[in-house]
Amino acid sequence: MFKATIKSLLSRKLRLVLSALAVVLGVMFVSGSFVLTDTLQRSFTDLFSSAFAGVDVSVSPKQEKGKQPEPLTPQAIADVKSVPGVASAVGDVQGSARPIGKNGKVITTSGSPRFGYNWTGTGQEKIRDGKAPQAENEVAVGGFLATTGGFRVGDNIALLTLEPKKTFKITGIYEYAGGRDSLGGELSVAFTEPVAQQLLLGKKDVFSGITVTAAQGTSDDALRDAVAAKLGSGYDVKTGAVLAKEQADQVNEGLKFFNYVLLGFAGIALFVGIFIILNTFSIIVAQRTRELALLRSMGASRGQVIGSVVLEALVIGLIASIVGLAAGIGIGALLAKIFSSVGGTNLQLAGIGVPMSAIISSFAVGMIVTVVAAVMPALRASRIAPVAAMREAATPDRPLTKITITGALVAAAGGASLAFGFNQASLPLIFGGILVAFVGVALLTPILSKPMVSLIGRLLSWSMPGLLGRRNSARNPRRTAITAAALMVGISLITGVSVVLTSATKSIEKLASGQLQTDLIISGEGQMEGQPATFPRDVLTKVEKTDGVKSAFGWSQDGVLQGEDQLFAVAVTDVTALKEMFALKPKSGDITPLRDDQIGLPEDLATEKNWAVGSTITLQLAKGEPRTYTVAFVWAKSQVLQGALVLPESASKEFRSDQIGQAFAQVRPGTNVADVQKRVEPLFADNPEITVQDRSGFVKQTTSQFDTVLLMIQILLALAILIAVLGVINTLALSVIERTRELGLLRAIGMRRAQVMRMITVESVVISVFGAVLGLAVGLALGVSTVQALKDQGISEIGFPWMTMVQYLVVAAFVGVVAAILPAIRAARLNVLDAIAYE
Amino acid sequence: MSASDGVAARAVDVWKSYGSGDAAVTALAGVSVDLEKSRFTAIMGPSGSGKSTLMHCLAGLDDVTRGEVWVGGTKVTGLKDRGLTELRRDKVGFIFQQFNLLPTLTAEENITLPLAIGGRKVDREWFDVVVDTVGLRDRLTHRPTQLSGGQQQRVACARALVSRPEVVFADEPTGNLDSQSGAEVLAFLQRSAREFGQTIVMVTHDPNAASYADRVIFLKDGNIVRELLSPSAEEVLDTMKHLDGVVVPHV
Repeated sequence: MFKATIKSLLSRKLRLVLSALAVVLGVMFVSGSFVLTDTLQRSFTDLFSSAFAGVDVSVSPKQEKGKQPEPLTPQAIADVKSVPGVASAVGDVQGSARPIGKNGKVITTSGSPRFGYNWTGTGQEKIRDGKAPQAENEVAVGGFLATTGGFRVGDNIALLTLEPKKTFKITGIYEYAGGRDSLGGELSVAFTEPVAQQLLLGKKDVFSGITVTAAQGTSDDALRDAVAAKLGSGYDVKTGAVLAKEQADQVNEGLKFFNYVLLGFAGIALFVGIFIILNTFSIIVAQRTRELALLRSMGASRGQVIGSVVLEALVIGLIASIVGLAAGIGIGALLAKIFSSVGGTNLQLAGIGVPMSAIISSFAVGMIVTVVAAVMPALRASRIAPVAAMREAATPDRPLTKITITGALVAAAGGASLAFGFNQASLPLIFGGILVAFVGVALLTPILSKPMVSLIGRLLSWSMPGLLGRRNSARNPRRTAITAAALMVGISLITGVSVVLTSATKSIEKLASGQLQTDLIISGEGQMEGQPATFPRDVLTKVEKTDGVKSAFGWSQDGVLQGEDQLFAVAVTDVTALKEMFALKPKSGDITPLRDDQIGLPEDLATEKNWAVGSTITLQLAKGEPRTYTVAFVWAKSQVLQGALVLPESASKEFRSDQIGQAFAQVRPGTNVADVQKRVEPLFADNPEITVQDRSGFVKQTTSQFDTVLLMIQILLALAILIAVLGVINTLALSVIERTRELGLLRAIGMRRAQVMRMITVESVVISVFGAVLGLAVGLALGVSTVQALKDQGISEIGFPWMTMVQYLVVAAFVGVVAAILPAIRAARLNVLDAIAYE
Repeated sequence: MSASDGVAARAVDVWKSYGSGDAAVTALAGVSVDLEKSRFTAIMGPSGSGKSTLMHCLAGLDDVTRGEVWVGGTKVTGLKDRGLTELRRDKVGFIFQQFNLLPTLTAEENITLPLAIGGRKVDREWFDVVVDTVGLRDRLTHRPTQLSGGQQQRVACARALVSRPEVVFADEPTGNLDSQSGAEVLAFLQRSAREFGQTIVMVTHDPNAASYADRVIFLKDGNIVRELLSPSAEEVLDTMKHLDGVVVPHV
């Protein structure tokens, strides 16, 4: 039996390749994700251990939750120096510094930090060109910044720090061990110590940390304990090794999440792969009915027949896993290379590693997926009666009742899980529900395929080949359905996401055109990151005084701590202007200017926390002692400032930065907004990170990130769709083999090659478009239910991405044409005589 | 040279060999034959005699190694795929042993398939005549799976005739039928030649089937060795038995 299986496998090389390809791609995705993240994780671990190579022990101010740490004083350095076993103790000053390029724009990185520090001459960086900074207006820049910005010694460079734009002279360019430009794509600049303290920490004579080296014979751990004992509480004292590990762990945590995302998409691709393999094995079993029946009539047991089909699946799964693993290692290595070179990270890659997890998951996933997909066809194969060998292998249409009822039940279960998942905000339930719903819909597809295929086919069957193609695609509803369902998965996910994003865009647009009464919105880049850019208060005053501006207000923003809860707070310069421009309606109390001990709240937060006008709330701001505020007003449910506390302007003094983070302006009636915008923009010449936008510009900027999200998801789902296309090719190729004699006949009675190709193409397009229509329908359902669930999160409108949906349909039709190419050529090239004689 | 009047298909010194060198097998060794219009010709011979090969070459399904084949006024030899396709579509009709109907099409659609492929209009009058002759009037909307073997083969016959081809080639048309259905199909072929003037060439090894033909050609080892006109089944059988004794002249 084993020998017969292997022989039958080898005699069908094409089939083997086609069905294995789906698994190969899925496994490649899985192992590639593991290899990529493993390589990056080890690279980052190396990066941080080299970054902390010269640090035996490091001292930093104690980090308390929600509070900005107080910087260290020179006294602390003196204390550390006095500890026995200390060879050196150097005060570090470090803070954000964003360089401005020669084109006047702020230079950005893809995630690596941009910072400034004090040049101490004791770090691991060495001057490559020029000399260290000595005067107030001098800096040295890192090699990577010099390369990125095209700076040379003697050039001027403008920098943004806690203070607005300031220009310095570059006296030197430095590098790291081995002549490296940077450790990990960071853009760094070194000031003289007093300048660094003023610009980066905002105070004279303070430090952000102390780098301590041990004297000969003192261990790092002993030194750490000694230093900690001397300084007492209020300080974090750690060895360089621990610090390196902590920082690496932080980055690796992010990479782990990235890996999960990749694996999620790999899972979708494999899920689609199951459809394809299931279909392939079903077709193979159908085509082998006679052969299997012959084996049965010669005495093979049902178990042996099942074994034969499952064994075939195992062999395919094994081969696919090996090939997929190898391809995954290649892809992972390639992506890591791209990440380190093209991505602008300048990361030195640790050697490409293949973690055990990649190998285990590749084989587990590849073999399990294949065998799971083969079980159903294997069971069916075992039910073939021995007499079938004698009969013409005509398998009658099995009724679709059972599969349809099962499908309806499974789809309902999936929907219920989805609904419950939304209700409980439980991601596993939501994703599980979506997957189960997919299976349910896939089971319902055969019954849908009859009317749908004939409808779609009617559009394409104006000629005889078209008609034949349409009839062929309706011939085996299960086969057409599974092939289409595979395509459905990818398209429905993309459609669902687009519905959510379109709805979000529409909601923001509505918000901007309705509730937001501001004409100009002034905000800094990086609103979505931790630390948005800010600008000084006096610039806001200048905006207010600009000709044509009726009123303007702004706020500083920060997180504040209420008990254990981190809340978002804004310290508003003018509450009356806020009320007017954001159209806030009081729920209770009056929305009037706040006293220094008063606070305003939105209705949702008040309800959640059980606060009302008159309640007292104790908040820990970033600086200083906790303060108690009394609630002065609660405003009615609004789309803006959801969940945010409104604090008096004076509170900003205890924020991390008391500068303005965001500002809004209204122009006088009858004044042209664009003209005012032109007059306001020059006020921010020294703050190139700040943009002044009108409402539509702001909406565009806010929603432009959705396009990026959609693009990313499309790229990640492309593999699932590619596998589905392979499925279409596979189905067509196997159908061509199955219908060899028919094709021979058609050619014999005068069908031209081009007509044969058209016939196959129509069949392919019908299947693909059917899949796309299903996908669009399911995607709409998913999207709409998600939007419904997110109603309270601010997505108030439902928007349908009609244009995008039409594009997907067109793409699906095109995919159908492409998928048909190879099978059609094969069909057209059949030798007429051989084909007619084909059994 | 062209096929002269009265000849529907002609083979001139046709050679056909498969493989090359020592392994070469000669299927046809210089066959020359004229197949007259409006006649029902049967080609007989033991298996391996080359009778199917001769038919395939005449019908443009296979190319010849040497010699020329003509169908009507068209020289088949040397035609490319497109020309051969059009020849098969417009000038030739086929009936196969395996019926070879398209399961997705109804009986009527199967019958008119060659016309639909060529984008030609169906001659309704002629269609009705053909359908009534084969007795399929009440089966036109049925799918092949709903028809008996004999009915399926009659659909195939109607399909071959509906485009009024120069020649209908039938390859063992009764091979898969019981004797009753076989007799019906043969009677129909005979009628088509006599009443409608349809040229029919049938390959068979069944003497009874051959007895329906106006002319029977006997092949052995790739050569025509005997010929009978309107023979009885016994005559055909007798001739077959004595074929073994016939010495094939080698060129």
